[in-house]
Amino acid sequence: MSAILSQLKSLDRRIVYGALLAAVLLFPLVVRNDYWISTLVFFGIWAILGLSLNIIVGYAGLFQLGHAAFWAVGAYTTAILNIYLKVPILVCLPISALVAAFFAIIISRPILHLRGDYLCIVTIGFGEIVRLFLYNDPFKITGGVNGLRGIARPSIFGLEINTPTAYYYYVLFFVIITILIMQRLENSRLGRAWNYVREDEMAAEAMGIDTVKVKLLAFAIGAAWAGVAGNIYASRYTVIAPETFSFWNSVVMFCIVVLGGSGSIPGVFVGTLGMILLPEVLKSVLSPILEWRLLIFGIAMVVMMIFRPEGLWPHSRYRLELRREETSS
Amino acid sequence: MGIVLQQLLNGITIGSFYALIALGYTMVYGVLKLINFAHGELFMSGSYLGLTIISILIGAGLGGEALLWALAGVFIVVMAIVAGLGVGIERVAYRPLRRAGRLPAVVSALGVSIALQNAVMLIYGPRYRVYPKGVIPAIYWQVGGIQISLLQVFVLILSLILMATLYYFIHYTRLGTAVRATALDHDVARLMGIDVDAIVRIIFIIGPALGAAGGIMVGLYYGRINFTLGWGYGLKAFTAAILGGIGNIPGAMVGGMLLGLFETLAAGFIPQGGAWKEAIVFLILILILVVRPTGLLGERVAEKV
Repeated sequence: MSAILSQLKSLDRRIVYGALLAAVLLFPLVVRNDYWISTLVFFGIWAILGLSLNIIVGYAGLFQLGHAAFWAVGAYTTAILNIYLKVPILVCLPISALVAAFFAIIISRPILHLRGDYLCIVTIGFGEIVRLFLYNDPFKITGGVNGLRGIARPSIFGLEINTPTAYYYYVLFFVIITILIMQRLENSRLGRAWNYVREDEMAAEAMGIDTVKVKLLAFAIGAAWAGVAGNIYASRYTVIAPETFSFWNSVVMFCIVVLGGSGSIPGVFVGTLGMILLPEVLKSVLSPILEWRLLIFGIAMVVMMIFRPEGLWPHSRYRLELRREETSS
Repeated sequence: MGIVLQQLLNGITIGSFYALIALGYTMVYGVLKLINFAHGELFMSGSYLGLTIISILIGAGLGGEALLWALAGVFIVVMAIVAGLGVGIERVAYRPLRRAGRLPAVVSALGVSIALQNAVMLIYGPRYRVYPKGVIPAIYWQVGGIQISLLQVFVLILSLILMATLYYFIHYTRLGTAVRATALDHDVARLMGIDVDAIVRIIFIIGPALGAAGGIMVGLYYGRINFTLGWGYGLKAFTAAILGGIGNIPGAMVGGMLLGLFETLAAGFIPQGGAWKEAIVFLILILILVVRPTGLLGERVAEKV
């Protein structure tokens, strides 16, 4: 009986996901409104960023409040290679990912032994150093305050992607690829090692997990994916400036992960909906009290956390953790 | 030589602002293991409240020496209001999350920070506000080739008094001992008959009050304030707290002073150092943490789960 029920449930889930995919695929054909399509492209880029940070914060449980730096490294790598050396955007994509991962390894290797909150300030510090570097432009390649403009569009087999609808499918492709990879990662040996390190680092080490290597991989993979998002962002907007990669945006990414539910892939999308799409919607709804928008937003964040500390769409493991603590105390 | 001394003096003055704010971060962290990201905003609120009250006093015709004496009252009132705000925030936004793990509490703190910042912006407007001039007379002395202003003396002495009082309170009173016991272990402290909630309340009175005092001093010192003041100072003070070893009270004082010194020296003696001073500060922080993972005065303890 229960076997049939669970089968029904999984069938149910397949139908829901299938319907969702169909709706997402058909959206630009039905809506035909460039503003909303562009907004969803923006949403998609942020969802990829959220998923990339989710590896570091959600899976490995590391305090990372400077993720915008890796996004910046990816975007600027693409921009510099494309503008100065005319490297095609899609060739820049893996390079951006590798460069971002390289930076992640360089900066996180000496600091991984730090306790959670020390790690947090170092990541903030690294984010600020990167932003100041872009801003002050010591090597005259990042364009200083104004940033870089004139980044090319990606083209696939001679087909240039330049309309919002084309970008929609381009970004959608990456979002789906990212989800699939994250799902595989989550259930891999490495994913389980991340969970273990997050739950109890000492026990993980006692069981023979190389905690330093595992944490380093979380940083590297998360950063690489932020680099990919940077590449997509740079080619989508063709202009990048240091202010995009501020501490504030690192905070937004962090909130996306935690509000949605740490370690949960659907949670990241719910979080992105709340942090990116909701303010956009509020902008049109609340136009008479526009200045109140961020005040309400801040209060909403507090209220959300009080009533659903595990996030809006939590990972089952996190939910269990919180419930267990409630019963034991 | 004169320039170096002058920069050192300026550095210590700015450092005492950082130290006062850092104390709030470090105390909350010590007791609750929470990074109170709203603390910078409490400091900023204190600065704005001070502006309002001083403006009212000047509007009422107070000036000269009478205003100088009234300033003591301003400090006390503002510190009390901001302490109340701090206790309220703890009650509403942090206490329900005390057992929910660390990430939700951090997001809640960020939410409070955004809300406070925008509330102040709505009340006072987004532009820079000018602090009344001449509350503290512009008197300067020349000592050994360096210039010291009355304002600097005031800032240094008041910070020193506040920090010394706190140090005495934490290390030599019964209540201070209770605070330290709670920071070590909540459960054991409770077994010793300590009311942990009351201790947390005390922490959220002292921290924001010190921050508010720093806020008024920053207003008086720089002459103008903005609603985004809290982000920058908050981040630097948090850095200072980490530098000294978070959770450690003398560490926050030392960290704040050092940060102020690094910053002014970087701005003064490195070519284009002004544009890079934040980067230099963070670089020094990272280097120190590589060598001493728990900060300068932090204890070496393994993190247990």
